Amino acid sequence: MAAVTRCSFNSVRRLLSHHYKRRCVFKANKQTPVFLSKRYNARLFHATSAWHGPILQFKLSDIGEGIMEVVVKEWYVKEGDKVSQFDSICEVQSDKASVTITSRYDGIIRRLHYAADDTALVGKPLVDIETDTGPEVAQEEDVVETPAMSREEHTHQEIKGQKTQATPAVRRLALENNIKLSEVVGTGKDGRILKEDILNFLAKQTGAILPPSPFHETQRPKEVQPATQTASQPATQTASPKPVLSTQDVTEPLKGFHKAMVKTMTAALKIPHFGFCDEVDLSRLAALRSDLRAISEARGVKLSYMPFFIKAASLGLLHFPILNASIDEACQNVTYKAAHNIGLAMDTSQGLLVPNVKNVQLLSVFDIARDLNRLQALGASGQLGTSDLTGGTFTLSNIGSIGGTYAKPVILPPEVAIGALGKIQILPRFDSNGQLVKAHILNISWSADHRIIDGATMCRFSNLWRQYLENPASMVLDLK
Amino acid sequence: MVLRSLRVLRAQAGASLSGLPAALATGSGLVLRSLSTDVFQNLALEDWIHDNVDLQSRNILLLWRNSSAVVVGRHQNPWQECDLRLMRRSGVPVARRRSGGGTVFHDPGNLNLTFFTSRKNYDRSRNLRVVTGALKALRPGINVQATDRFDILLDGHYKISGTAAKLGRTAAYHHCTLLCSANRRLLSSLLRPTCPGIHSNATASLPSPVQNLLDHDPSLTPDSILHQLAEQYLTEFGVRGGRVVPVQPADEQTFGGIDRSVAALRSWDWTHGRTPKFSVDTTLELTDRAGSEISTATVHLEVKGGRVERCELAVPPDWLPGGPCMELASLLVGARFCPSETAPIAAAFLRSKPRNAGEETRLGNLCENIVALM
Repeated sequence: MAAVTRCSFNSVRRLLSHHYKRRCVFKANKQTPVFLSKRYNARLFHATSAWHGPILQFKLSDIGEGIMEVVVKEWYVKEGDKVSQFDSICEVQSDKASVTITSRYDGIIRRLHYAADDTALVGKPLVDIETDTGPEVAQEEDVVETPAMSREEHTHQEIKGQKTQATPAVRRLALENNIKLSEVVGTGKDGRILKEDILNFLAKQTGAILPPSPFHETQRPKEVQPATQTASQPATQTASPKPVLSTQDVTEPLKGFHKAMVKTMTAALKIPHFGFCDEVDLSRLAALRSDLRAISEARGVKLSYMPFFIKAASLGLLHFPILNASIDEACQNVTYKAAHNIGLAMDTSQGLLVPNVKNVQLLSVFDIARDLNRLQALGASGQLGTSDLTGGTFTLSNIGSIGGTYAKPVILPPEVAIGALGKIQILPRFDSNGQLVKAHILNISWSADHRIIDGATMCRFSNLWRQYLENPASMVLDLK
Repeated sequence: MVLRSLRVLRAQAGASLSGLPAALATGSGLVLRSLSTDVFQNLALEDWIHDNVDLQSRNILLLWRNSSAVVVGRHQNPWQECDLRLMRRSGVPVARRRSGGGTVFHDPGNLNLTFFTSRKNYDRSRNLRVVTGALKALRPGINVQATDRFDILLDGHYKISGTAAKLGRTAAYHHCTLLCSANRRLLSSLLRPTCPGIHSNATASLPSPVQNLLDHDPSLTPDSILHQLAEQYLTEFGVRGGRVVPVQPADEQTFGGIDRSVAALRSWDWTHGRTPKFSVDTTLELTDRAGSEISTATVHLEVKGGRVERCELAVPPDWLPGGPCMELASLLVGARFCPSETAPIAAAFLRSKPRNAGEETRLGNLCENIVALM
């Protein structure tokens, strides 16, 4: 259907443009002498080959206040770009005033007379634009006046008592495609109809998906510049993660954090991992936590389960220091780290970050909670620093806060062990009397470096950790 | 004329404009007062008025105040203008306005005035006469004068107002600050750049001694000044019986498209990413774990669009081997020149290879020093 419609449009377009070109030539021949003498005697006019338009030099118009020179600060276009009338071309600065210079013509940029940070002189050429509408575009010299209109534009289409404004190029596009300007909604200033409006109107008619308009390059700076042009749907400019249907593959190089993660993970998987999983009944811990929450919040600290998990891990590491160690590159020496710097893997806007709580062996549960609050706040605002992110000796990953039960975590070098906490579920279990009760069940998945840690050690550590959490009162016995 | 401009506004904004049509119908001069203290919303409001209101036959004054923020000019370099690390810690944001000029500190003790006119009627001296006239009316005999750089000086010496402007195709705006009771201690501590060795073509700020009007005379409170400014403006621009209209920039219904503008102004790509290309050349003081051994390294960074384009590290080979340093430098290329991106990269890099304790500490120290530049 679309193909048929497009075909017919093409033939009509060819027919009409043939007619239109003939009319154009006729008009130009008639009017040229008058035009040149009245409007163009002060202008430099580069003649080019027959099918290109003339190249017009766009001079930097008077800024006002007697200013004779400005500094070109930023170009919004480059040579070869297509521009429409009133598109922004560059930003110049004069004496604390930032001035946006807009194009006077439709056409293609052929030459930029200055580079960024150059000083431009008022009255001298700024850019050369190759126009495609020929001598019909007669513009006012002074940009300060109300929008320049060509002689043709003054004859507005008066339909339904509304004047439709559009440049000659837009009118020709509409004519070629048999579109009535009165049917098109103008989105330009003062309801002016722009080329994009015609293209959108066409797209709706034919159901075609048009390639993104190259005018995106020269849009006014207040609009967010779209990142790439590879999606054939017009790029959305909002920040919300909408699913984007793209019909083309997109390739981009890995940079920065992702490149660094590639190196880290490659090093990590050189470690021979083994896994060990278990489930922990947190029913008693849940009761304890709800008792303590009020006290903690009175002190201004949010209390989650994590401080308990971290403290229990540290107590366990005191009995099994091999899990808080590091092995050197040549696998010759093992270093038993004195400090328990327990990292907590966080999913932040910066990516997967693992800030760590330093010296957990010296901290109380409340201290740990307070430090976690601080790290979480920093992570949320993207302010975690190198000291928070380095120096870890053991890691817990709370993937369960997002979801999941059992996992297979990857050890973060230079550490030798890691634990992944699944989500806490309420499941039916039998208590010591054989009664069916509701239990808060957490699944824990450990991974350890099999070069220096064996299954039995991991299992015993896990049992000890589980025991502390299933019976929190026993933590009190061993707290330092 | 009024009806046509209303249709324009409705076409752009898309919904009812409560309060504004009536206000616009009153005549050629209008005073608006923003109800928001969010610097991004207020800057977006300025842009919205500039882009959407017909200013050919009407002049508008917008009065606004912000909670603490540092506002840099369109073509400036925030790393060169203020202490970004202290600002991050204190929660003071950086905003980049669309007009040129230098860096200013905003807080509720600072009044902002934006004069909207057509391009033809753009006249900064006339606007500043409104300000000096208002102050003289409140406190006869006060020595306030506009300079030829369009600053306003108190007693010929203290700067109480700075100016910047934005000229579009058919309209223009001129805005200026007015120091009433700003927190000068915070101002001077934040407007102290900390990144050394920056080479850049960005517009530099000219620091000046400042004073609060309130310190000069306790009757000059922000509210009394605001009221007098409105009166003076309406007199100067020939409107009888006009009133100050409060406006809420967060109202997307009235100001169609403003949410997107606020988001764009808030984005890092605008506030930091829009900095003209610059380079950093400086030396780093490196220390060992206990601070017992020291060394110096040189670093050369080129930053374009707020992102590291090139990074070269020269570390003495007896301090650290060249391989890891080069690797670190190459990982930083493409990252934003900001600790929120470079700290995780450095942390991931440190994990990427098993290293002996000494090398790990020194590398960690090197990373910390580099990240601290940003």
